[in-house]
Amino acid sequence: MAKPKVGIFDFTGCEGCELNHLNFEDQLLDILEHVEIVEWREAMDGQADELDIAFVEGSLSTPDCIRRIHEVRRKAKVLVAVGACACSGGINGMKNLHAIEWVREEVYGEDKYLFPTLPALPLDAVVKVDHKIRGCPMTQKEFLKVFTSLVMGKAPIVPGHAVCVECKLAENECVAARGLVCLGPVTRSGCGAHCPGVGQSCTGCRGFVDDPNLAGMRDILVEHGLAAVEARKRLQLFNANQLEGVRA
Amino acid sequence: MSVDLNIRVKHLTRVEGHGDIVVDMKRGRLESARLEIVEAPRYFEAMLKGRSFHEAAIITSRICGICSLGHQITSLKATEQALGLEVSEQTELLRKLCIHGATLQSNVLHAYFLAAPDLLKVGSVFPLIESHPDVVKRALRMKRLANDIGDVVSGRAVHPITPVPGGFTSIPTAAALADLRRRLVEDMVPDFLATVETMGALAAQIPDFTRETEFISLRSDHDYALYDGDICSTDTGRVPDTEYRRMTNEFVVEHSTSKHCRAARSSFMVGALARWNNNHDRLCPEALQAADALGLKPGCCNPYMNTIAQVVEAGHCALDAVAIIDRLLDRGLKDEAPNQEPTRFGTGVGATEVPRGILYHEYSYDRKGCIEKANCIIPTGQNLANIDDDMVKLVPEVMDRSKEEITLLLEMLVRAYDPCISCSVHLLDVHFKE
Repeated sequence: MAKPKVGIFDFTGCEGCELNHLNFEDQLLDILEHVEIVEWREAMDGQADELDIAFVEGSLSTPDCIRRIHEVRRKAKVLVAVGACACSGGINGMKNLHAIEWVREEVYGEDKYLFPTLPALPLDAVVKVDHKIRGCPMTQKEFLKVFTSLVMGKAPIVPGHAVCVECKLAENECVAARGLVCLGPVTRSGCGAHCPGVGQSCTGCRGFVDDPNLAGMRDILVEHGLAAVEARKRLQLFNANQLEGVRA
Repeated sequence: MSVDLNIRVKHLTRVEGHGDIVVDMKRGRLESARLEIVEAPRYFEAMLKGRSFHEAAIITSRICGICSLGHQITSLKATEQALGLEVSEQTELLRKLCIHGATLQSNVLHAYFLAAPDLLKVGSVFPLIESHPDVVKRALRMKRLANDIGDVVSGRAVHPITPVPGGFTSIPTAAALADLRRRLVEDMVPDFLATVETMGALAAQIPDFTRETEFISLRSDHDYALYDGDICSTDTGRVPDTEYRRMTNEFVVEHSTSKHCRAARSSFMVGALARWNNNHDRLCPEALQAADALGLKPGCCNPYMNTIAQVVEAGHCALDAVAIIDRLLDRGLKDEAPNQEPTRFGTGVGATEVPRGILYHEYSYDRKGCIEKANCIIPTGQNLANIDDDMVKLVPEVMDRSKEEITLLLEMLVRAYDPCISCSVHLLDVHFKE
């Protein structure tokens, strides 16, 4: 059987997820035994015409992004969104909370018209996305799971419960009980509750669970002493796009 | 070679982010030679407005995956200065250790994975897995250990978790630090020496090009300045970091979504080579020996040597990391809670040497501890004007070569700066236009 051809692509983002591919120090050589990487601008020269799997990082935020994502979609049999920016817009989505003209002026001043910009969108706002690997950044463990499933021709399993469940299973001390502002109750798991495990609260980087109880979450945050408007801002950090329409 | 030359490299490979190289020469006259930054702008300064001081570093870390630790530390320093939050000596030592890990990781990644393929005339590191398996495995081993420093001390190497305003959410155990120390001594030091040997064999392939340049880096009286220091220019000397605007003077150019910078001249260079030129006297003896073996001399004005300066610096980071761990273990690790009670609400500047040069963050906070105004000046943005100036001098000097050779020289030039374009827009294509 020919090795599946894989491409790695980046749009508007920090390329941290891509960097995590290069950080597979222990597994990179094994991965390369099972697939052929045919296009990856950050690491190699050259472009490919056809792909079995495209891993795509970043959100779409310029007209050129929209053009390029259609190109990737056309040549890829399977398209996997990698990381919060690609899956939901991630932190880039906070830009969408402000009037676009103000945003451009704030950064480029009177030169604001030099560079075209659009609201930051997740990939599935524009093209069909077959699978999502969430997180900011994606975790290598989850990537390897999805990767292995795809190479074996199976559908990857997407965790559906909240971070709190994994956090309890890991027997972490509850950071919310310690007074931190934690979004674990509404955030999709799969990270192993890594942040609460090292004493930090969950910032919601993996996106919300299906049908999240956001009103309940806001009440908890307000009980923790946050003003309602601050509570809403915490929820917006990685999930501004999903929160559209939600009012504190 | 005709006297008309047009080069277009769209979305230059093996750099972080999107950039194009554009060169146009007509009848022997150079009309343009520049790096166009086409990375989509991120608008972080606008996103930060109104955000709590607890969130600033979480947000700015996402400016760049490769430099996430640097952004985080710089952001924390700016916030702490603005809010009057003192941090302990243990916190500073742990942060310095993280910075060594991140610098080591980034320098190794660039030297082996992004720059070395050019010197070996291949398109990526992947063919080297078969032709030079031991070298690739060594590079991976070095990167793994460098990343493990980040994992152990900051919770995660990419987008660190535990560093927060006023300290850390959790402190590594003495056993974990002792294990890092053992691996640094047993694995990293020999791997570094082997790296110097490998790079020594390739150094003859490094293009011989020089242009008299202003170099700017931090400078400290105590150590090889990475965590903090004054801003030091080879042209104009030292000023405190609060004077950073005077040393950067950001301006918008049409061909780049990242702003350009200048100080005493039309351009200046930051990064490993600038740090070498300003601070070589503060390097450890092993790093100085490596510099000697690799032909890196003080006052070096060949930007292609930046990669060599990164290798030299990697050795310093490895050995100084050992020294820092020794100090931490000698003092005994204390389980301190971060100091997060602001004593004032004002403006603060953070300046840190990250792998690609000095990173500046400046925030102004209101009385609720929310950001009123943010400014981030990124090393790659500071280098862009210098890259353009290098190209303008380089192209006429190599006009007798083939277009392919010139293109490669330009690509290698841009890669030598190890640009981080995602960062700079908070780039790279070469175009030859016929």
